[in-house]
Amino acid sequence: MIAEGGLAALWLAAALSLLQLFLGAAALRPGGETLLRIVRPVAVAQGVLAAVAFLALIWLFLRTDLSVELVAANSHSAKPWLYKFAGAWGNHEGSMLLWITILAVAGAAVALLERRLRQDTLIATLAAQAAIGLGFYVFLLFASNPFTRLSPTPVEGNGLNPLLQDPGLAFHPPTLYFGYVGISIAFSFAVGALVTRDVGPAFARAMRPWVLAAWIFLTLGITAGSYWAYYELGWGGWWFWDPVENASLMPWLAATALLHSVTVLATRDGLRAWTVMLAVVAFSMSMIGTFLVRSGILTSVHAFAVDPQRGAFILVLLLFYIGGALALFGLRIGTVKEGSRFDFVSREGALVVNNLLLSAILGIVFVGTLYPLAVEAVTGEKLSVGPPYFNSAAGPIALLLVTVMGMGALLRWRRDDLGALVRRIAVPILICAAALLLVVLLAPGIGVLPLLGLTLAAGVGAASLAPLWKRNLRRTPLFIWGMVVAHFGIAVSLAGMASESAFTRETLVAAQPGQVMNVGPWSVRFAGVEPVAGPNWTAIEARLTARRGGGGSFELRPQARMFSSPPTPTSEAAIATVWNGQLYVAIGEPDEQGRWQLRLWWKPWVTLIWLGGGLVALGGLLALIGRLRREHRIPARTEEAIA
Amino acid sequence: MVVKPKNQRLVLLLLAVVAVLGAVLLAMSAMRDQASFFYAPADVARKGLPLDRAVRIGGMVRQGSIRRHADGVTIDFVVGDDTPATIPVLYTGITPDLFQENSGVVAEGRFRPDGTFVASEILAKHDENYMPPQLGERGLHKTESLE
Repeated sequence: MIAEGGLAALWLAAALSLLQLFLGAAALRPGGETLLRIVRPVAVAQGVLAAVAFLALIWLFLRTDLSVELVAANSHSAKPWLYKFAGAWGNHEGSMLLWITILAVAGAAVALLERRLRQDTLIATLAAQAAIGLGFYVFLLFASNPFTRLSPTPVEGNGLNPLLQDPGLAFHPPTLYFGYVGISIAFSFAVGALVTRDVGPAFARAMRPWVLAAWIFLTLGITAGSYWAYYELGWGGWWFWDPVENASLMPWLAATALLHSVTVLATRDGLRAWTVMLAVVAFSMSMIGTFLVRSGILTSVHAFAVDPQRGAFILVLLLFYIGGALALFGLRIGTVKEGSRFDFVSREGALVVNNLLLSAILGIVFVGTLYPLAVEAVTGEKLSVGPPYFNSAAGPIALLLVTVMGMGALLRWRRDDLGALVRRIAVPILICAAALLLVVLLAPGIGVLPLLGLTLAAGVGAASLAPLWKRNLRRTPLFIWGMVVAHFGIAVSLAGMASESAFTRETLVAAQPGQVMNVGPWSVRFAGVEPVAGPNWTAIEARLTARRGGGGSFELRPQARMFSSPPTPTSEAAIATVWNGQLYVAIGEPDEQGRWQLRLWWKPWVTLIWLGGGLVALGGLLALIGRLRREHRIPARTEEAIA
Repeated sequence: MVVKPKNQRLVLLLLAVVAVLGAVLLAMSAMRDQASFFYAPADVARKGLPLDRAVRIGGMVRQGSIRRHADGVTIDFVVGDDTPATIPVLYTGITPDLFQENSGVVAEGRFRPDGTFVASEILAKHDENYMPPQLGERGLHKTESLE
């Protein structure tokens, strides 16, 4: 009955989204004001029903109810409970249900919490959110029903892809989805404001916390995904320019640009049309990402479905929503008045440059990800675009962007003076020069990009702290702290990336038990291998002891695992984390002489990459809290809140 | 920069267009170098060896072609496709979990003038059904998902 209950909840939620759309449209007509008070509860009820459907699916997975096709195809009774739980979204249907649940819950949150937005704009926003939801409900109910029964009931399920059987599965997809789908709120706000001609600072102030929240999740999701790939795939890399990674990076780039332009709109009433456009682009990127990842166009661990019908369905939805929003934009943008003006040398000017550079990077990633697919679709010719393209095209722009970031935060709004800016960044420039000298002296022969990266990271790290200079730290507003922490996080991350690419040391050997290997400052003794077993796997585990100088020793136990259902070998790397980096060991195959292949990396400061990502998200959180607190103190609009 | 306030919106718009166009052009030119990043054995036979840059190759590991060298970490093998063309590959490193004969492989590295491909990396397949998309439609292997 649980499956039927879940399905019924899903149908009801779909019906409510249709109702919400119609009520919203009717409420906006003259004389429809009485309908206003119904739209909010409908949006909340829709969110609750979607959540009920999703909880039903989780319940089915936890119970391993094999009479449900999805559970039988993707789960197994012997799986640890965490992977039963998280396995609910480790498949196409479940992940799409998670998608729609977050969409509906986000809509409900707007209906419940949003008090600052003009009433008619809020209604139009909820209607737009319902319109998006409706398309995906139809997709779920007709093309990807997660609750389909299976008859006869199989004795055992097929199990979950072992690469996904990792605690990361419980964290990375939901976080990323909250970001991905959370951006839909920005989209709906933009559509709503276009419909009611309400694009202005008040609208921007209302939209900003939602953009911030989605962006925080997106940042966390990408950071977590990067670390997961790093330790799970056992290749020692942290970013592969894989299309599925790009699919999450593109919305992040757009959302980052939006985050900064919405600030210009909220503070200075500038960049009106541009901000609305960015909101549309950001969610378009989320949907394109969903299409890329879920349509089966790409073959990867993320692509669960290869059913062409599903891919075509998502494509149609995507064209419909993006096309519709762009058409509305074209129709209404003439009515959006030009905002206030500013000098080029000003905070606004720097934020415009930030937006342009982010857009440029977005363009490069977009072309590199989709051009090969387009060419293949049209001519049948296969292209493969790899890291050299992305690094050479996007890398320099990213470094430029980081430089502007360091200076921009030190500029005043409206108009500033170049001479004054130079005086303000004199210390960071000195630090830059000192770092350059230091790196060249200490690490001669370092590559150009890592050298630039390390130098910039030092200078920009200093510059990003500069807004706190001569301020009373206690009385500094929280959102200033947020900006400082986030910008500093970018510098930290950049330092980690540069350091990883410049200083990584690698040793590859076929080792006899008892052999001692050296990698970087470490000496690692290989004791031998032992068989071990887990709940649904067996493994060969290597025992290694790592020692650096006279310091204490670390035990490292990389495994070569064999999962039983489905039968799949995986490699589990062992990682020892110390204050200045990580020692990373993977085990390979044995040979006839009893030797084992071992691959060891010493990666100095690699942890800074993800620490920086975490700081960026923390900065976002501080800014969010700071903004909400400040908005709270400014009296809300005088219109009576209806619900 | 002196901009007449009247024209600011236009200038911003133009800047945006220039930036995005510039990015796309940059992307296109970088793409041109990359256009032939992926080589199947038949492509090498047809287009000649790309000696000047790092590329990816892909195909099927020929039956019985994997040989292990004495150092324990180097192997060589032969990659073929549905044509008679083949590429000899030399690789030092740990092979991915699902690397085996008669199964698909994608490798990144450089060609030596003698035609041997020196792989710096062999890309892991995510599951036993995985096939590089470039080969999926050539009838070598069915591309299927985890389901």
